[in-house]
Order: sequence, then structure tokens, then C-alpha cells
Amino acid sequence: MEKIVRVYALSKCPHCNCTKRLLLESGVQFEVTDVDKVPKESVTAVMEEIKTLTERYCFPTIVIGTKVIVGYHEEEIREALEL
Amino acid sequence: MTEVETLYEMLRKIQEPKGFFFNQDKPKVFELLEGLIVNKERYGYMCCPCRLSANDRENDKDIICPCVYREPDVREYGSCYCNLYVSKEWNEGTTAREYVPERRPLEKLRF
Repeated sequence: MEKIVRVYALSKCPHCNCTKRLLLESGVQFEVTDVDKVPKESVTAVMEEIKTLTERYCFPTIVIGTKVIVGYHEEEIREALEL
Repeated sequence: MTEVETLYEMLRKIQEPKGFFFNQDKPKVFELLEGLIVNKERYGYMCCPCRLSANDRENDKDIICPCVYREPDVREYGSCYCNLYVSKEWNEGTTAREYVPERRPLEKLRF
């Protein structure tokens, strides 16, 4: 079964953009939330989502199935995606 | 020169004498400088593109570029958090390139 892949990012962060490029190149389906572009009234809810995954609020926060990766750690991401 | 190139030259002249060098990965540096310019337009100040801005200059003064965490991060890891400013040794590859962890205390984050 295909893993759900989700990225919490900042639109102008190069680490986040590297993550997005890697996921695009890998061909996996993924969702991206650029938190800096989320409407103000929704930011708290998004940050609470991140908080349930990791205590750190850092970007990118990447969810691959049940695995959570904080930061652009290419090898770890590839391994989690089974590439 | 583009706005990014102008900012690059201006900051390079100011920061290199202080011992802070731009990452030799120029596309990455330009991406970060563009992020700083966008954040200046959005928030009125050059908030680090790799951190969420509170849109509050007073709250975010520690993460206005160059951030207050740059000096200890470059000293310990050879690079600032977003890899914009690095040490000479980091560029030369004579220091290990670790992923720089966030040093900013969690309690400073506002959203």
C-alpha cells in the first residue's frame, strides 16, 4: 500500500525546496503545506498538526507513512520512500 | 545587476571581513537572498527564510538576517542554520558538513 507523504514547508526555504524537488523526482504522490502562505486564521491549527508529530516546529517536517523526518536529510527520506 | 546580485555584492563586502563567507553554492545563496527580499516585502524585515515569521519585528528580532544564532552556529557547525553564511573551512571542505539544528528557543516562536 502506498505511503501517505506530507510536507510542512516554508515557501522560500531551500531545505524545503530540495525536499519538494526530491519528492517530485521520485514520482511519489505528496501533499505540501507552505505554512508561511497559510491564512492567518488557520496557522495555529497547522502548527498544532506539526506539534503532534514533533516537538520542534522546524521546516521541512516530512511525514512518510508513520515516519517523521525533520529537516532535509536526503538519505533518510530516500530510505523511508524505499527508493 | 538584479536586486539579488546587488544584495549579494553588498553583503559580501560587509560580512567577509567579519569572517562570514557566503556558501560557495551560489544558486542556493541566491535562493536564500531572494527569500530575504521576499520576506522584507512581506513583513518589512529580512526574516530568515528557513524560519516561520511572526510578522512582528520585536518578536522576530533574533531571526532577522544575520540572525543572533549565526555566530555560535558557524563556530560550532561551520554554517548558519540556513547555510547562507559559512566559515572558510566549511567552503573548503576541511570541516564536516553537518545539518545545523535549530538553536532558537522554542518559546520565541509565535504564530
